[in-house]
Amino acid sequence: MATDHSRVAARFMISPAVLLLLGWMIVPLSMTLYFSFLDYNLLSPGMEQWIGLMNYEFFLTDPAFFEALFNTFLLVFGVLLITIVGGVGLALLLDQPMWGQGIVRILVIAPFFVMPTVSALVWKNMFMNPVNGLFAHAAKTLGLAPFDFFAQAPLFSIIIIVAWQWLPFATLILLTALQSLDQEQLEAAKMDGAPKLSRFFYIVLPHLSRAITVVILIQTIFLLSIFAEILVTTNGGPGYASTNITYLVYAQSLLQFDVGGGSAGGIVAVVLANIAAIFLMRMIGKNLEA
Amino acid sequence: MKHLVSALAGAIAVSMAAAPVLADKLTIATVNNGDMVRMQKLTDDFTAKHPDIELEWVTLEENVLRQRVTTDVATKGGQYDVMTIGTYEVPIWGKKGWLVSLNDLPASYDVGDILPAIRSGLTVDGNLYAAPFYGESSMVMYRTDLMEKAGLEMPEAPTWDFIGKAARAMTDRENEIYGVCLRGKAGWGENAAFLTATANSFGAKWFDMDWQPQFTGEAWKKTLSYYIDLMNDAGPPGASSNGFNENLALFQSGKCGMWIDATVAASFVTNSNDSAVADKVGFALAPDNGLGKRGNWLWAWSLAIPAGTKQAESAKKFVAWATSKEYLELVASKEGWANVPPGTRASLYANPEYAKVPFAKMTLDSINSADPTKPTVDPVPYVGIQFVAIPEFQGIATAVGQQFSAALAGNITVDQALANAQRITERAMKKARYIK
Amino acid sequence: MSRTAIDYHKVLMTGLAWGIGLMIFFPILWTIMTSFKTEADAIASPPLFLGFDWTLENYSEVQERSNYFRHFWNSVVVSFGSTFLGLLIAIPAAWAMAFVPAKRTKDVLMWMLSTKMLPPVGVLIPIYLLFRDTGLLDTLTGLVLVLTLINLPIIIWMLYTYFKEIPGEILEAARMDGATLWAEIAHVLTPMAVPGIASTLLLNVILAWNEAFWTLNLTAAKAAPLTAFIASYSSPEGLFYAKLSAASTMAIAPILIMGWFSQKQLVRGLTFGAVK
Repeated sequence: MATDHSRVAARFMISPAVLLLLGWMIVPLSMTLYFSFLDYNLLSPGMEQWIGLMNYEFFLTDPAFFEALFNTFLLVFGVLLITIVGGVGLALLLDQPMWGQGIVRILVIAPFFVMPTVSALVWKNMFMNPVNGLFAHAAKTLGLAPFDFFAQAPLFSIIIIVAWQWLPFATLILLTALQSLDQEQLEAAKMDGAPKLSRFFYIVLPHLSRAITVVILIQTIFLLSIFAEILVTTNGGPGYASTNITYLVYAQSLLQFDVGGGSAGGIVAVVLANIAAIFLMRMIGKNLEA
Repeated sequence: MKHLVSALAGAIAVSMAAAPVLADKLTIATVNNGDMVRMQKLTDDFTAKHPDIELEWVTLEENVLRQRVTTDVATKGGQYDVMTIGTYEVPIWGKKGWLVSLNDLPASYDVGDILPAIRSGLTVDGNLYAAPFYGESSMVMYRTDLMEKAGLEMPEAPTWDFIGKAARAMTDRENEIYGVCLRGKAGWGENAAFLTATANSFGAKWFDMDWQPQFTGEAWKKTLSYYIDLMNDAGPPGASSNGFNENLALFQSGKCGMWIDATVAASFVTNSNDSAVADKVGFALAPDNGLGKRGNWLWAWSLAIPAGTKQAESAKKFVAWATSKEYLELVASKEGWANVPPGTRASLYANPEYAKVPFAKMTLDSINSADPTKPTVDPVPYVGIQFVAIPEFQGIATAVGQQFSAALAGNITVDQALANAQRITERAMKKARYIK
Repeated sequence: MSRTAIDYHKVLMTGLAWGIGLMIFFPILWTIMTSFKTEADAIASPPLFLGFDWTLENYSEVQERSNYFRHFWNSVVVSFGSTFLGLLIAIPAAWAMAFVPAKRTKDVLMWMLSTKMLPPVGVLIPIYLLFRDTGLLDTLTGLVLVLTLINLPIIIWMLYTYFKEIPGEILEAARMDGATLWAEIAHVLTPMAVPGIASTLLLNVILAWNEAFWTLNLTAAKAAPLTAFIASYSSPEGLFYAKLSAASTMAIAPILIMGWFSQKQLVRGLTFGAVK
């Protein structure tokens, strides 16, 4: 189908995008790679010297590193779990006949438009604050002791905030997919006396699987680099309880101004992100090919 | 859609073409504290005197500000003409030649009037590198009514024992009254600052003369155990995420019996517009343990000019205006003496009008009793009371602060926190090659 | 099934959906309400829902402190500018990938997506140095460039999956009629792709509007968008809930309103080819 002529044209059309992204990737990345072998503190310019792998050694032997790795995983996984289960549920609900469906949909997607910084500030101060927050007031009304979210369950609290922001996105995609479901097939299954639950598991869920993969892929890309929410709420603490890899790299390069160490951390993060990417791509590839 | 595209393209072109052509335009980076916000509102006075200088403000939260200005000054990015920095940065940056010397300010500015403790903190090798906008130490602020109710009387110079006793006696959890509010939020300028200053009065120190970290010593253990026991018995819930601002809000809404923090807070807690307890606040010096050092710190938010600026002369005019005696009078005439930026000039404390302000004397006494060059009971190789003036300190102290914060949240024990702090500090000092 | 039963079901679903919808929306509603309270009312215990004195004081205070409209305008320029520039680069690329697939097309696409996984904090210093040397610090041009690059992979992917849905035969037919490449894109493809392009545009405007790392770190005064405006309220001294709420409301309102008005368009193309 594709002629040589169109192939040349195609290459010509792709090249700006490819070149730009290549530049965007290679230029800063090679600078970062170079810095990662230097003893380079931003506060002592002119004192840079080659120290080989020492930055990597320090970063990888940092006890915070493994905790951060685990937290990163928990954060991504926790948010994905909540948004996908919640998103499927909400999509099913919004697909039902009801009054004011448009308005409800508007209410549900609203959190997606809120800046991460703003939503973290609002949740932290106005909801989860153990003295003046709304949850604390609710607990007191019920005669309970207010729960200190960011001290007792820092990572969980951040997962809640992030899940709130991404739930609308998952819901929207899943709802769109759901609406394309063949109603006749469902009706037929209903006639055959298939119970609601098995109709869901054998017809609806398989139909949604592609949409779910898309949600996983897109969200993972964004969730791996969650940063603003942590910075605003817990600063990665207490201890390292809510530090993820991105935050750890931030602490190295912009709190300690240790550009060398931060760069090493950045390279490690890139490698880890790419491992995650390969897994995802395999999964997506399979699911999107079909 | 096409129209939108061309409209936007046009808009982009226009906004990019709007380059500075006119007068000197100064970009000023400040922290979002009340006194700075007030200065921003009073700039008409400056622009009226200097019509050829235009001011652009970048107001940021403290941590973001520090990250932005440090990146900029270290890479010579040249985005700012005036930066708000503290007594931690000035000696380090001044030594590196990143700041413009302010030695040639006009005589009418009267440099000699700046409090010696503050001035020496901003001077490197005889060069004044920043002008103090406001200075602060720390002290005890307490509720006179609650103290009376507890049947106690606050001495002018309390001990930590007394603070512990009073805090527990004042606590009334039923009514949401917590005996003492202290910083618990992790950060070198938050809990690490408070605990480092407190540790000084317990005889602890960060490093010995060979730069070996000292967290495994008995003195640190006493400090941290005292703090955590006290906060568990008499502190507010969620203390591990409370910094200066959170505690200020708690105190202003009447939930704290005592609060040991920056002297500048005194004007906020006694201001009846914002504070529900404005007429019930008393002041005392920061506590001690009879070892000869009190737990008070010294800090000055100051205006400095980065060496890369092309408008050093205009910038100097602005710095001189914002930190002048006339500026203090301007604020006093508009907002009253109690709202004047405190802690910078001796003449302010000699002013009989200002002496009527309830916290004036205690602020001055606190500042005068702080000595950054001899911060600890034992000799140390560093200067700085609530910080150690080395570039690596911010990063280390933030990580250490995280450990203290975790101990306060009850996630780890005092011993674990100190062992972790020791390890973190050792690693960082090794990496920076202070120790082998 | 009787009619009343259906109505019963509908009533139940309506109640449930509205309940959950309001719950999800509540934090935003609460923020908007708090922005009209005085600071003292904002932390009153028990919380005040409607019985408070509405005030606009916080808004005037916020406006007095920072020039909202300039930040707003910068946000508009940066988010729309980067999206249009991104579309300009992405449409041909996605077209080529969708209609002239080569062996490596999928790999190229996946590689593009993986560039999005580059943690921004790791490359801030290099970018900052590059920007300093090219004079792009604190300029809208610089921000537009960076945001175009970080969102380009998503734009290309969304368009690609959308274009894939367009039957190739139509293009074949057009080509038979002797349409040139550009005519093909302009007259045949584009009209069919408009919903996809529109929703790509909307999604990217939202992403760019809310981007808070680069926009905060590469700007000072001139190019600072609304994310920087919010950064000056994140932890000010004293009571700040009401002022924070006012600033938050001002920062999210434009995009929220835009999102609401265009949600139909947004939804139509948000499928990422997930719907067969």
